[in-house]
Amino acid sequence: MMHPMRRTLTTVWEWLDDRIGLAAFQAIAKKKEVPVHRHTLWYYLGGMTLFLFIVQLGTGALLLIYYRPSAEEAYESIQFLMAEVQFGWLIRSIHHWAANLMILALFLHMFSVLLLKAFWKPRELTWISGFFLFGLSLTFGFTGYLLPWNELAYFATRVGTQIIAVVPVVGETMLRVLRGGDDVTGATLTRFYAIHVALLPATALVMLGLHLFLVQRHGMSVPPSVEDAGGPKRVMPFFPNFLLRDLVGWLTALAILAALAAYLPAELGAKADPFASAPAGIKPEWYFMFMFQSLKYLPAHILWFEGEVVGILAFAAGGVYLLLIPFIDRHTGREHTRLFTWITIGIIAFIIVLTYLGYTANPTA
Amino acid sequence: MIRRVDWSGLLVAVVIAVPSGALRAQAAADSAAPDMCASCHASLPMERLAGPVTLFADDIHAHQGFGCVDCHGGDPTAPGFASMDPRRGFVGRPVGRQVLQVCGRCHSDAGFMRQYNPGLRVDQVVEYSSSVHGQRLMGQGDTAVATCVSCHPAHQIRPPSDSRSSVAPENVATTCGACHADTVRMQPYGIPTNQLERYQESAHWEALSALGDRSAPTCNDCHGNHGAAPPGVGWVGNVCGQCHSVMADYFATSRHAQVFTAMGIPGCAACHGNHAIARTNDTLLGVGDGAVCVRCHVAGAGGGLVAASMRQAIDSLHASFMLADSLLQTAEQAGMEVSQPQFDLENAQTALLQARTAVHTFVHDSVQRHVDEGLEVTASAITRGHGALDDLRFRRVGLGVSTGVIVLLIGSLVLRIWQLERAS
Amino acid sequence: MSDAPRPRSGTRRGFLDWLLSRTLTTWILSTSLGGLIVAVIYPVGRYLMPPASGESAASSVTLPYTPDELAPNSAKIFKFGNRPGIIVRTATGELRAFSAACTHLGCIVQLREDLGHFWCACHNGHFDLNGVNIQGPPPRPLDAFEVNVRGDQIVVSKGA
Repeated sequence: MMHPMRRTLTTVWEWLDDRIGLAAFQAIAKKKEVPVHRHTLWYYLGGMTLFLFIVQLGTGALLLIYYRPSAEEAYESIQFLMAEVQFGWLIRSIHHWAANLMILALFLHMFSVLLLKAFWKPRELTWISGFFLFGLSLTFGFTGYLLPWNELAYFATRVGTQIIAVVPVVGETMLRVLRGGDDVTGATLTRFYAIHVALLPATALVMLGLHLFLVQRHGMSVPPSVEDAGGPKRVMPFFPNFLLRDLVGWLTALAILAALAAYLPAELGAKADPFASAPAGIKPEWYFMFMFQSLKYLPAHILWFEGEVVGILAFAAGGVYLLLIPFIDRHTGREHTRLFTWITIGIIAFIIVLTYLGYTANPTA
Repeated sequence: MIRRVDWSGLLVAVVIAVPSGALRAQAAADSAAPDMCASCHASLPMERLAGPVTLFADDIHAHQGFGCVDCHGGDPTAPGFASMDPRRGFVGRPVGRQVLQVCGRCHSDAGFMRQYNPGLRVDQVVEYSSSVHGQRLMGQGDTAVATCVSCHPAHQIRPPSDSRSSVAPENVATTCGACHADTVRMQPYGIPTNQLERYQESAHWEALSALGDRSAPTCNDCHGNHGAAPPGVGWVGNVCGQCHSVMADYFATSRHAQVFTAMGIPGCAACHGNHAIARTNDTLLGVGDGAVCVRCHVAGAGGGLVAASMRQAIDSLHASFMLADSLLQTAEQAGMEVSQPQFDLENAQTALLQARTAVHTFVHDSVQRHVDEGLEVTASAITRGHGALDDLRFRRVGLGVSTGVIVLLIGSLVLRIWQLERAS
Repeated sequence: MSDAPRPRSGTRRGFLDWLLSRTLTTWILSTSLGGLIVAVIYPVGRYLMPPASGESAASSVTLPYTPDELAPNSAKIFKFGNRPGIIVRTATGELRAFSAACTHLGCIVQLREDLGHFWCACHNGHFDLNGVNIQGPPPRPLDAFEVNVRGDQIVVSKGA
């Protein structure tokens, strides 16, 4: 005796299967398995980032309905959104908090992959596509920060874009292109807007598609430590066991987002005034803090170069190192060196310490 | 009063004695001819004699084409000392009454002044003779008093609209203070010298210097610039009403006006002081600390009771306004939409200011009328503020419910996973 | 979660079985899922509803009355953001708008029909119909706004 509801669902399924070939997806989903071992927890971070990214797409699209990208109206339109539009505060606050949580999840995801050597052959391209997604997310954060056109964002963007000028030869031109002029103005705002709502989402979706395809193709990587101990003892089916666990994580994130939005709504502050003097305590978003803070500690000159130039080049070199790590830290047989693991731990420690200093060190000292 | 008319008559006679049409023609001629005065004096080593040449270049009279001889007389075309022969009309450095004659020759001639500045008054010399300065100079021959050039320094006279001018509103106080704050100079007259210092503590000076309001009063706005009081005002004490007219009207019809006049107490100054007029606040009213009413009235009887009740009425509106304002601000900071109640609350601010103004009637009911109007507005704002905060609580409850739903969903998912894995 | 179920005493086991019966969990699951969908759809739906004030009133505002409702030599107070504005039709029929906050202490000014200009009741400040302070304590003119009439609508905006 079949439940009538179930019968309807079966009919719909069959109708769709005839036309799209759902059985093929079903077969993939059935076949996909997730190894169970003591590092399984880290597998959830990618899915968590994906969920938060989807939240960003949804809330971002809703914000576009009321946002006006011009120096004259941007701040006012957000003020209007926060004060007059029903639940405007909620949508904006969720967009704000989900962005931060997404970057946090992304950091954790990236470093867990680094430490668990999930980038080894044959997953080099998965790593590279993931690294680009990381870069895109930081650019999302940087461009989105300016859009409310408030004082803090205005000056932080001025300082942030200024850094690009230290690039030898083409720096000044790049700065002008990025800012749409010599200074941060309404022209910069429209540029950042175009990047934030059109260029980045399009690029990120393509990159994300590639990333997910590759993850699907290669399956979950088993960390070398587990492999050394004789491989995972058990596996669990991706569907529904792993997906349901993912859902639990996502719902928890949603509850945290709602609580953050209700108790710590996104602030707006004062409208940007290009002619005002910079307010005290300009700081970038927390995920740029470690770079901001390390540039402060550099001496004016290192050998024959400006300290800042050296700093920027060092961060660029660090980025290239991370991008190319699958080709530097290769998997050669069962023996593998611990050197790269220690380098990764060093990078994590550096980021944590400098971020901590960025929030605690006296800015005038 | 009769004396003033006498003097002005005399001065006008002096002024008319010099044909001003001829002077105008001469001024035009001077600008064409080489000016011997300037070329000789500029090369002299004494600052006293060379200085005026450089200074005068930026004087308003130089801009209008006047030269040295127009005030100092003499013949600029004659060589050397011959140009400064008294027979050629040379007067040298005018002092005392001479200054009035030199300046008044043009400035008291309406027909002449019209060619340059038709809007400028021509009664300065007449007015001056009505002032204490003028009376001492004319009547007692006291040459230590201020004449035209004391305030409008010769060779660097600029219009009041020029902020470098000694008579620009922001500089008038220092210009007067140059003599009036000088204890040595004022000693023979036995008058205080703290006016400048006191004025610079006042709300008027703050408006003028810090807020850049050039219409804010300085010395001359109350004491007159040339005469003893501003044009059209009989007595300094009446000047306040020129700007603060509502208060002055209320005061004029109040009982205080008659009593003060009878007792010889200056009107506004009795409570607000004269030079150091501070920004008023509610503490001036009533019978408490800082209240001025208790200078004459006794707390707990008659006027003291009225004062206390007016203060109490204003305080009640003020407190109610502050409460409404802070409620709405709290709601606004929490992201609630309260712009309409905030807008309406402005009317309470208006009522509060009107109530404070109505204090000058010294009648409790006229204050209470405005207070009641304001209280009606604040009461509505307070209700709406509480409404907004209730709405905020509703938001939090909504969040609680959604979180509950999410937690329930998480719980049932966990259960489902457990069931799933127990079965397999 | 992967632990094998431990043996339990009779009644407790029965209760747990009831609690964990798939029908019940399915019911809770679908109900709370429905709740979650409502919790998402409701705010989004409300968000999409256009607010009463139409659009951001930062630099312009459409007045809630038509040009015909303003007789010559009369004025109305309107809300510009959360500041008061005053719109006046002059005796010659022209529409002009200004900030209604007196430049002295911020009281709301009004049109005195008998005088034909703006007047502030608090301290007897007078402004002419160009907003210029002509008498009393106000230190500077009222801020002027731009008035545009589009069909039946009066749109007041901040001057460029």
